[in-house]
Amino acid sequence: MQFSEAWLRSLVDPDLNTQQLGHLLTMAGLEVEAIEAVAPVFSGVVVAEILKAEKHPNADRLQVCQVATGGDEPLTIVCGAINARAGLKTACALVGATLPGDFAIRQAKVRGVESFGMLCSARELGVADAADGILELPADAPVGADLRDWLDLDDRLITLKLTPNRGDCLSLLGLARETAALTSLPMADIEYAPVPADIADVHPVEISDTAACPAYHGRVIRDIDTSARTPVWMVRRLERSGLRPIHPVVDVTNYVLLELGQPMHAFDLSRLRGPVRARMARAGEAVKLLNEQEVRLDSDELVIADDTGPLALAGIMGGLGSAVGNDSRDLFLEAAHFSPDAIVGRARRHGLSTDSAHRFERGVDPELPRRAIERATRLILEICGGRAGPVVAVGAGAPARADIPFRPARARRILGFDLDDAAMIAMLERLGMVCVADGDAYRVTAPSHRFDLVREIDLIEEIARIHGYDAIPATPLRGAHVMLPVPEGARSPLMLKQAMAARGYQEVVTYSFVPEELDRDFRNEGAVLPLLNPIASQLGVMRGGLIGGLVQTLRHNLNHGQERLKAFEVGRAFLSSEADGQPTRLAVLAYGPVHPEQWGEPARVVDFFDLRADIESLARPRELTLRRAEHPALHPGQSAQVLIDGEPAGWLGALHPRLALKYGLARAPVVAELDLEVLVRGHCPRYRALPRFPAVRRDIAMVVDAGTAVGDMLDAVMASKPTFLARISCFDLYQGEGVESGKKSLAFNMLLQHTEKTLTESEIDSTVAEVVALLANKYKATLRN
Amino acid sequence: MNLDEILKDAERDFAAVSTLPVLDQVKARYLGKSGAVTERMKSLGALPVEERKAMGARVNQLKDHIEGLLRERREAIQNAELARQLAAESLDVTLPGRGEPPGGLHPVTRTLARIEQLFASIGFVVADGPEIETDFYNFTALNIPDNHPARAMHDTFYLDGGRLLRTHTSPVQVHFMQGHPPPIRIIAPGRVYRCDSDVTHTPMFHQVEGLWVDESASFADLKGVLADFMGRFFERDNLPVRFRPSFFPFTEPSAEMDIGCVICEGAGCRVCSQTGWLEVLGCGMVHPNVFGHVGIDAERFQGFAFGLGVERLAMLRYGVDDLRLFFENDLRFLKQFA
Repeated sequence: MQFSEAWLRSLVDPDLNTQQLGHLLTMAGLEVEAIEAVAPVFSGVVVAEILKAEKHPNADRLQVCQVATGGDEPLTIVCGAINARAGLKTACALVGATLPGDFAIRQAKVRGVESFGMLCSARELGVADAADGILELPADAPVGADLRDWLDLDDRLITLKLTPNRGDCLSLLGLARETAALTSLPMADIEYAPVPADIADVHPVEISDTAACPAYHGRVIRDIDTSARTPVWMVRRLERSGLRPIHPVVDVTNYVLLELGQPMHAFDLSRLRGPVRARMARAGEAVKLLNEQEVRLDSDELVIADDTGPLALAGIMGGLGSAVGNDSRDLFLEAAHFSPDAIVGRARRHGLSTDSAHRFERGVDPELPRRAIERATRLILEICGGRAGPVVAVGAGAPARADIPFRPARARRILGFDLDDAAMIAMLERLGMVCVADGDAYRVTAPSHRFDLVREIDLIEEIARIHGYDAIPATPLRGAHVMLPVPEGARSPLMLKQAMAARGYQEVVTYSFVPEELDRDFRNEGAVLPLLNPIASQLGVMRGGLIGGLVQTLRHNLNHGQERLKAFEVGRAFLSSEADGQPTRLAVLAYGPVHPEQWGEPARVVDFFDLRADIESLARPRELTLRRAEHPALHPGQSAQVLIDGEPAGWLGALHPRLALKYGLARAPVVAELDLEVLVRGHCPRYRALPRFPAVRRDIAMVVDAGTAVGDMLDAVMASKPTFLARISCFDLYQGEGVESGKKSLAFNMLLQHTEKTLTESEIDSTVAEVVALLANKYKATLRN
Repeated sequence: MNLDEILKDAERDFAAVSTLPVLDQVKARYLGKSGAVTERMKSLGALPVEERKAMGARVNQLKDHIEGLLRERREAIQNAELARQLAAESLDVTLPGRGEPPGGLHPVTRTLARIEQLFASIGFVVADGPEIETDFYNFTALNIPDNHPARAMHDTFYLDGGRLLRTHTSPVQVHFMQGHPPPIRIIAPGRVYRCDSDVTHTPMFHQVEGLWVDESASFADLKGVLADFMGRFFERDNLPVRFRPSFFPFTEPSAEMDIGCVICEGAGCRVCSQTGWLEVLGCGMVHPNVFGHVGIDAERFQGFAFGLGVERLAMLRYGVDDLRLFFENDLRFLKQFA
């Protein structure tokens, strides 16, 4: 909300400069967003009248003017403006004046004619960005008056960012009331004494929904002067509040809106057919609004209607058909109370944002219509003449509000510092509340404009606010300190991230919403979850997994000159919109050379087993195993389900070449996506006695079909629990010369161990034979010489 | 050959040797089974008793002498060999190390870790909640009824079935209070979403929600904890802070917290819009209606909640001037926070 400081000061004028006033409001919760001078600094400019304007003897485009500036003699001033003419009241910078930009005015000879000053345009005075000629002032402007004073150019525009609970401050009256309460100063009165009726004419009003429209005040005004103009002072206040003057009657209703906060409307009486009714719209009805927008209505929208149908969207915008125009002579003036529930959301539904809706949505003082209609009548009669009928008031008004119980002890407990009862009650009273003692507590009646005050906590907030948040002490930390549990069996997500970073991976954060096509390409589980109102189509659906986002990140970085990327992200995947359908995942992508180009290592492209080692290390000390399985985004021959201690934990694989091609990648990155819930599980170590007898190592090489999975062979060996075998691992894989095509040679290393004695050669040989026999039986493996 | 000649020969022979194996061969020539010194030892028995003692002493002296020469020579050869080896093994130590340089954490993670650590030090635990939320958790339970103007301020993304993307981390308060009776001290970091995108807004960003509920946590405590936090976060002992009345439906009294601008030290700059103050956080006392929605007795328990923007703090802390960089994931940006 923007308003004129001078207007506020006309109602209450604290002994504070503008900055201090702004600080006062900000620290009371009415945040000042901007303070702007109406005009830049200038001096020595007065109201002047051109008495005579003649062509310059030596220049076609210049005139030599005789200008009255309030001194004894007219001044001769050379002027180039085309609108300089005899009789015009304008602005004159006298010799010695300083214009914006520190521009000093001196006596000067212009093409041979002495000029004693300068006639100024609005642009030259810094009050407008552009101007067609010199300033044109009204005929009643007093010659010789200081222009700054006369146009009130020392005023400042203050813009507030008001919170939605403070609808009571959306008016000069409200701001003045607040300022007065904060400074304990009295406030000037605004004249809303009843205007007696000159004529008996009334226009009937009916309310069919008293909850939506608890009160409607209407009044007929006849025979206004169609040639009336809005006075300069009112135009100035409207403009400084960001409104344009439109028509004297509309300007008055806007003025009252700004001054009191009561939205009003004026109908052209001659356009009304039958009684004015406040009723709910019938579905499908339409009305053409003042902004020429035709809106179709729903049955939950309140309208002002007559026999012909809706005239206006109540509390939001008037209709075009019944609007006051230049030839309107008879008016029907409306000041009504609409409940916030009946207005809220409706304007937005039609893409509208109006001053009226803004106020009614937040709540307008229900006591205002009766005052506003008198205030507006008085102003219309002053400006446009005419004769007013009596006010027709329909409706019982807003329901009475209950008292609020208030316990000073509770306020002290919530706020955490000592403040005596009397001081608190005095603050509430400054805000217009009536407080009646009731034992240790009080019963408080809030003023009608403070509909946000309903509960005790609302009053406690007011006390904090008036006392000043800055004046409330900041207590040093207190309370019982209980040591937090530190489960040793769990790893924090941060530890996992640090482990990934230590292995060379850069953490990224990508948007949780992705293009639908990308999601379809990468999603392995659940259905696509589209946003109904995405910010852009490429951010249209919730991601079903994190790999797609990493592929996008890879593309971005390849486009920005990187050759390789090792990246990971931790975030949620969205399998459904249920709370348990949003698992947190850790996804990894590696692409390009396994290491940055370097002197000491041969170049090699990162592959499946590099990434496997990285995620094995991440899972450690828990055991990670892989099971061949297919995933729509992965290479069918290079994809696996990841198990951690036998529990499904996610996926590892090379991106499907089809997707690599589609996403413009020269080769397929290797990727993994793991459930964080499984990864964070660690374990608390458990000591086992060290073997007291030496272990024995035996190596064997076996030849099997190339398609046989090593993991299966190892699992089978361990499952059969050969005597004395503590561990077996595969340490070499060979295909080529010496090995039949279609076969592969695998070298295994076995660790044999007896817990109570040293193994004998024969025990060792029989264990090795056991393993060889098992592999021979199960996998047709043959011992290689 | 007399003993002196043997010694002289040994001296000469040892000096001519430059490797240990040859030295051992030469050693054998003197001290071996049939070496010159050994032979002399053996021949002692043949001497008359009266000469034997004196000669024995001389031969032993010779042996000690030759052994000494040998040791010296061995050491000299070893030293020379070591010196050769060292010279041969000398590296260009200025060459870079092998393998993979470490990656790094995202600046948001870095900032969150810092926030979590500071609050953990005063007993806050981390809580979590879903990002696709229901209207109840995101709005209703937080005292934001249908059609409340505060809803319009939130620019909510909606999904089918009335679901929505949480617009703040405050719903985690509700989830947590439903499952845990007071006393409660939690922070809830996470992603939030608003349908807004321009130079200073991204449709996704991070917040940290904080909640402290017990029988006496007051507005004065709120001021104490948050002022401390900001001072510690920015590592400033005398960071100016101020609290301004504001409005959030789920807290009352509500406040905006400002800190003295950490860029210009309060002198006024572009970042603080020349005000000298930076708005960093919203907070307030938990509204009784919120306690009502989760079944906590608002007469017995009270407390405060706060919510802060993580990217905002990261930008101020690290001097980042464009919010959008956080989600472009350009390595040239991310590497700066490793």
